Amino acid sequence: MDFTFSEEQRLLRDSLANFLSDAYGFAKRRDALRTEAGWRPEIWRAFAIDLGILGAALPEALGGLGGGPVDTMVIMEELGRALVVEPYLDTVVIAGGLLKRFDTPAARDAIERIIAGELIATLAWGEPAGRFNPADVAAAARRDGAGWRLDGRKAVVASAPWASHLLVTARTSGGPRDRDGISLFLVDKAAAGVTTRDYPTVDGGRASEIALDGVMLGADALLGDEGAALPIVELVLDEARAALCAEAIGVMSELQRQTVDYAKQRRQFGQAIGDFQVLQHRMVDMFTQYEQSVSMTYMATLKLDLPAAARAKAVSAAKVYVGRACTFLGQSAVQIHGGIGITDELPLSHYFKRAAMIESALGSSEYHLRRYQSL
Amino acid sequence: MNLDFSAEDIVFRDEVRRFIEDNYPAEVRAKQDRGEPLGREDYLAWHRILGRRGWSAPAWPREHGGPGWTVAQKFIFAEELGRAGTVRVLPFGVSMVGPVIQAFGTPAQQARFLPPILAGDAWWCQGYSEPGAGSDLAGLSTRAVRDGDHYVVNGQKTWTTLAQFADWGFFLVRTDPTAKKQEGISFLLIDMKSPGVTVRPIITLDGSHEVNEVWLDDVRVPVENRVYEENKGWTCAKFLLSHERTGIAQVASSKRGLEKLHAAAAAELEDGLPLSQDPILARKMAELEIELMALEYTEFRMLAGEGAGKSPGPESSLLKIKGSEIQQRVTELTLDVAGRYGAPHLVDLKSGDNALPVGPRHAVHAADIYFNMRKTSIYGGSNEIQRNIIAKAVLGL
Repeated sequence: MDFTFSEEQRLLRDSLANFLSDAYGFAKRRDALRTEAGWRPEIWRAFAIDLGILGAALPEALGGLGGGPVDTMVIMEELGRALVVEPYLDTVVIAGGLLKRFDTPAARDAIERIIAGELIATLAWGEPAGRFNPADVAAAARRDGAGWRLDGRKAVVASAPWASHLLVTARTSGGPRDRDGISLFLVDKAAAGVTTRDYPTVDGGRASEIALDGVMLGADALLGDEGAALPIVELVLDEARAALCAEAIGVMSELQRQTVDYAKQRRQFGQAIGDFQVLQHRMVDMFTQYEQSVSMTYMATLKLDLPAAARAKAVSAAKVYVGRACTFLGQSAVQIHGGIGITDELPLSHYFKRAAMIESALGSSEYHLRRYQSL
Repeated sequence: MNLDFSAEDIVFRDEVRRFIEDNYPAEVRAKQDRGEPLGREDYLAWHRILGRRGWSAPAWPREHGGPGWTVAQKFIFAEELGRAGTVRVLPFGVSMVGPVIQAFGTPAQQARFLPPILAGDAWWCQGYSEPGAGSDLAGLSTRAVRDGDHYVVNGQKTWTTLAQFADWGFFLVRTDPTAKKQEGISFLLIDMKSPGVTVRPIITLDGSHEVNEVWLDDVRVPVENRVYEENKGWTCAKFLLSHERTGIAQVASSKRGLEKLHAAAAAELEDGLPLSQDPILARKMAELEIELMALEYTEFRMLAGEGAGKSPGPESSLLKIKGSEIQQRVTELTLDVAGRYGAPHLVDLKSGDNALPVGPRHAVHAADIYFNMRKTSIYGGSNEIQRNIIAKAVLGL
């Protein structure tokens, strides 16, 4: 039992934190969000080339560093602390995490290009009516000659406006919500029949509604065995949830720090508001939930290699805890700040919005509590 | 970073498990199973067995007779004791006064007082709280006046747990009433058989006799029984409060409580179905399990930090807050599951002894335990005081 980070992991954290504090100040972030693109490709290039973090947990044979979930955790925590919108979770953790499970030329090529920072991909798994169940797939793929024809709708696909490629779950057999019969396809977003409606999200990201109407795919677009994608998708979603928890602890550490700092300097009734016990105790409860979120994030991250049911139970427990802590810390931080806490001008409100969206991302706390109970 | 136990740890775990199976006193187990109150000898029997094996003080260093275990071994040991539901080794000697004597006592005090603590030959109690000094402990007014090579002690202590069984007590007394309140306190070891010591029971709301008033009336205490310098007792008191944090979270015991709760919910029927299938109860139990998991891994992290040479800091107050909340929640849900059989109070009104139980086993004493466990968020520094500590010492407020 060991909760220490390796020397490499400490260096990784420091170099990323230093880079972000120089390059990712709040004003720069705000300006980038207001541009048409909504993100900064030069940041992504720096991740790929200067910092080398895009391959941190991807295979060495394909140009990555061959690291594991703890490396991802370190990176995601720092990205959360700086409120980074660039699609590390979607492209590296999820798309990269899926692609590395398939030994096909197309998958290998895509990973090499992800590591080099040349390819942005994202997973389109959610649907307008499916809520958080990855088995609730109505999009369908039918054999068409040597290839496939894909039809369906995908909802709020994170980072899709920046992506050139989509990983799409589609049903190739079975009925609604059957665990068998779901297949995974690598789709060029520029393919005929793919239409997107792109929009910003409340937490500074971008997402798309995606319509797939008679999209024709080659035989090599299918990743893995036909109808057998769900266990792999669930595995990678669990890895992504652990990574999201790590991002959340970065976000929450800032909610906590900024709130305590503010309470020390803001004066009312002739004293710092941090002198009031009712506020002190609320900040202690924030601290407690933050610390326990760190513990749950470690726990889930270190249990990702367990058999599916044990892994899912650990990850869902963490997501329940961390999701609720995000809500509590976000709301408490705003409350203790008072009026200034609900302004767009203050960075804090942006941390609050990201925390609120993390609560529901990749399955809300309610979803994960039900999933935990069912296991 | 990993959660793995080493091969040696696994061997150790099996050894501990076997030792408990082979050596736990059957008559104590039988009393526990019947829900009977435990007496002095019940506690000490197990303490002595552990003492002979060298396992009665897991956190003590080897030089003072401890086993010199790693953090993982200490954790495994606590986990196995909790899993087996043994009576606990009482903390007053091993976890409280023992470490103070090790840190601040003279070699003579260490040689005299530590071996009987290890062996389970001396029962200690804690003379801290007073009627006028609860959360504001430093406001205590029990006086000790120097008279030659003795102190003459007068005053009243309260909430003294299991003092009715105690051989010795460690007491905070005021030796300088003119100094600032933290600076005039001394730490005295008092023989409970000394003339002038009177122990009076306080019966708590569950009907049990666990705590006492201790009256000190011209009690003569040899100066050699003072630990550390005169008027420096608050240093010992603070050390004691922040020192031994292993087990403060009571994770293993709450795990066992949750297992019993699950079994009780499966045994109760509602509309002909096991109550455990009720989605609202199942949800409450799942939420509690998740809370306990968060506490367990937080304790791991803090213990691991301790093992790496970091002493437990004020942030470990959160273990006390969450640990007590979870213990209370387990007993609250257990009483809820007991249903109407939570009501019978199984005491013979004439003798005061336990009467023959009625209703299912899991309901017997469910209410008593629920009422009794309200103490956990009050004792050892109330949870509000723990929050004050974190606010000041961790958050700098």
